[in-house]
Amino acid sequence: MCVFQSTINYFPEEVLEHVFDFLSSHRDRNAVSLVCKSWCRVERFSREKVFVGNCYAVSPERLLSTFPRVRSLTLKGKPHFADFNLVPPDWGGYLHPWIDAMVKARANLEELRLKRMVLSDDTLDLLAHSFPSFKSLVLVSCEGFTTDGLAAIAANCRSLRELDLQENEVEDRRGQWLSCFPDSCTSLVSLNFACLKGEVNLAALERLVARCPNLRSLRLNHAVPLDALQRILAQAPHLVDLGTGSFVHDPDSETYHKLKNAIQNCTSIRSLSGFLEVASRCLPSIYPLCSSLTSLNLSYAPGIYSNELVNLIRHCKKLERLWILDTIGDKGLGVVASTCKELQELRVFPFDPHGVGYTAVTEEGLVAVSAGCPKLNSILYFCQQMTNAALITVAKNCPNFIRFRLCTLNPTVPDAVTQLPLDEGFGAIVQSCKGLKRLSVSGLLTDQVFLYIGMYAEQLEMLSIAFAGESDKGMLYVLNGCKKLKKLEIRDSPFGDVALLADMGKYETMRSLWMSSCEVTLEACKKLAMKMPRLNVEIINENEQMEASTDDKQKVEKMYLYRTLVGPRKDAPAFVWTL
Amino acid sequence: MEQTLGLLGGGCGGGGSGGGPGGSSGGSGGSGLSNETASSAVSKVEKDYMGLSSEGSSYENEEEIELGLGLSLSSGGGTGGVGKNKGSLWGDYGRILTAKDLPNGFSGRAGGVSGTKRAADCVSPAENVPASTGVSSQVVGWPPIRAFRMNSLVNQSKNPNVEEDKGVGGNEKKENLKKKTNYGNHKTDDTPKDKGHLGYIKVNMDGVPIGRKVDLNAHNCYESLAEALEEMFFNTIAISGEKESSRQPPKLLDESSEFVLTYEDKEGDWMLVGDVPWGMFLCTVKRLRIMRNSEANGIAPTIQQRHERLKGKPI
Repeated sequence: MCVFQSTINYFPEEVLEHVFDFLSSHRDRNAVSLVCKSWCRVERFSREKVFVGNCYAVSPERLLSTFPRVRSLTLKGKPHFADFNLVPPDWGGYLHPWIDAMVKARANLEELRLKRMVLSDDTLDLLAHSFPSFKSLVLVSCEGFTTDGLAAIAANCRSLRELDLQENEVEDRRGQWLSCFPDSCTSLVSLNFACLKGEVNLAALERLVARCPNLRSLRLNHAVPLDALQRILAQAPHLVDLGTGSFVHDPDSETYHKLKNAIQNCTSIRSLSGFLEVASRCLPSIYPLCSSLTSLNLSYAPGIYSNELVNLIRHCKKLERLWILDTIGDKGLGVVASTCKELQELRVFPFDPHGVGYTAVTEEGLVAVSAGCPKLNSILYFCQQMTNAALITVAKNCPNFIRFRLCTLNPTVPDAVTQLPLDEGFGAIVQSCKGLKRLSVSGLLTDQVFLYIGMYAEQLEMLSIAFAGESDKGMLYVLNGCKKLKKLEIRDSPFGDVALLADMGKYETMRSLWMSSCEVTLEACKKLAMKMPRLNVEIINENEQMEASTDDKQKVEKMYLYRTLVGPRKDAPAFVWTL
Repeated sequence: MEQTLGLLGGGCGGGGSGGGPGGSSGGSGGSGLSNETASSAVSKVEKDYMGLSSEGSSYENEEEIELGLGLSLSSGGGTGGVGKNKGSLWGDYGRILTAKDLPNGFSGRAGGVSGTKRAADCVSPAENVPASTGVSSQVVGWPPIRAFRMNSLVNQSKNPNVEEDKGVGGNEKKENLKKKTNYGNHKTDDTPKDKGHLGYIKVNMDGVPIGRKVDLNAHNCYESLAEALEEMFFNTIAISGEKESSRQPPKLLDESSEFVLTYEDKEGDWMLVGDVPWGMFLCTVKRLRIMRNSEANGIAPTIQQRHERLKGKPI
């Protein structure tokens, strides 16, 4: 149905392709491919970057036949709640079939970005040997591999530019994977191995840094001591992003003095992280960097006292992104508010998630930041307590939130002052922040909050619910109201069959739905699975008796459903039952 | 069937004090209300649990149904139980804790929640909150922090603050030595509080399809770990109908038991749990397996095979 067909045909395909080159977002490209057949064809054949939000929604073969020129692939595997141990091990999300398919199709893979996927050393080895132009590997929250797999990548990917490991579970084989980068490897631009637990060959690391003149991003693990850091910085003064390892030394020593000099020369550093082990007395050495920092992540830095954090932050006037531990306290957040006027994203993690007895940050800190930082648009905030009044104030101060994630350490804590549910507070957030795309709620919440969410959160794409609501109505408000909802994940909330089955077609407009410890019965899941063949409805069985039992009225402990083009997956383990 | 882990001989009576299932009330429904000694209360909850399993979905005003809103213990491996209701598997921590339960920071505001129908208000029949446990310490997956970060935080918070070593001196070599001891593998430091490893490790049991994960940092001795595992795995089986009979204290490495607890160490060998000091165990354990005693005699060959299979698995 292309009204402008006649006009468009004046443009040869090469021109169209050239125009489409300017579209980087996969959403724009998807939209373009819907315009008409000829655009679809041109777009398909010219697309190089493909994003697959759920690796089970489509098969690798189909992807490759649709986008034969794919060079960069982003894949996401396990459901989000797998990050919090809610999904049993061996659930799935394997990379291997994708690599296999790409090898067979002779794809020219250059870039691979994975999140919550499982990959073995063999897979990494295959990858390393199969794609001569392979440039970039980014792994976030993945598992299944060891440093041997990294060694394979290092040794065989001649054009490697980027190896970025973020929060992966990597088994350390005590090998020398860093030494496996050949002397001829000089192309590295980004190397992040902060999540590795084991020792690294420091000499090999220093040599590697020395021979890679384009290195701009380097994040070290805890095993790299301060003196090595000093030598590295001396070799790489052009770094833009630095993650330190261990930051402990005697401030009177010559090494420390040299470090200070090296740091003075690093005038390009804009992003700082690490401090995986840190002595506060060494922190002043990085003060010279602070005034140009736009991103600071101290969320893995243990035991820096609040006043020291504050001293540091006072220097960071250009900060746009800050990840920090709640040891900073409300007062410290007040300093953030008065100093960091460019702040866009703030994440405050709990230093002691299971601790009691000290109030680290409360609603006051959040309010302070919202008042002081006009550009704030993304927040993840763990706190002991919250109030509706505070949330209402925050909503008024910051109408620009795109991501708002609040986690009270006690999942059902009420308003600390009034003891009422936090419905009104979150209601204010969704009403004020018209561009809100992601929301996580917590605290004591009734169905009312979901009424607000359904009513106001028009742009909402991802919603996380835990221990909230009173009845099916809550979930129904959300399903009916949030037209752009893509991912819904719910745990420990009293939503059941009525809500699940009310609008079955809705799930085909979404990427996935997770419900665990809710009120949904097996019968309803079966019904849904039967009516909607293009959904996979997976039940995670806690015991084998569920399949054998004839009691459909039993509640389902964990259900994960997602739209898919390829039917039930063939790699599901025994405990996953696809209805 | 009486299945217990070959766990500790001799009373590690710790099981009872926290009101755990080791005590009188623990059991099939896991309805171990902390320190509830009245058996009537226990049987009431058990009955409600059983009753709940066939009820519909709406949460009306019954207290027992509101109990169902208790903090779920659904772990990575879940807690099993056909028709299990959320609140059914309580142990000593399965209930909604409200503001008034928090020992600090809320003393002025205790007073329960008024004006809402939310079950959270009235749930806690067991009034005691173990003073040392945090509000959220027993809910799986809460607070929602990525497991990797959680393990790092736990390790960090248990490490001595580097600030505290004052032995600065001008001697660099001395600093280097100190550093090595600090961030190495803590092999030289065998105090119980040292943790040089990941918090959560996988546990599998023969005959159970789903593996679970256990947080080693939550334990400081074999007894406590064994108890936790027994609760995790054997309560599950008991749910399917076994009435809760008088529970014996857990027996670790008791060779007369049907199951033994083994672990895979860093070298890939499978060993019986309990042979080495706890601190050393923490440094070398990679994962756990609860094996049938009959197979445990041939530990090396059987487990090696299984080990090989699992290694090659993720394809």
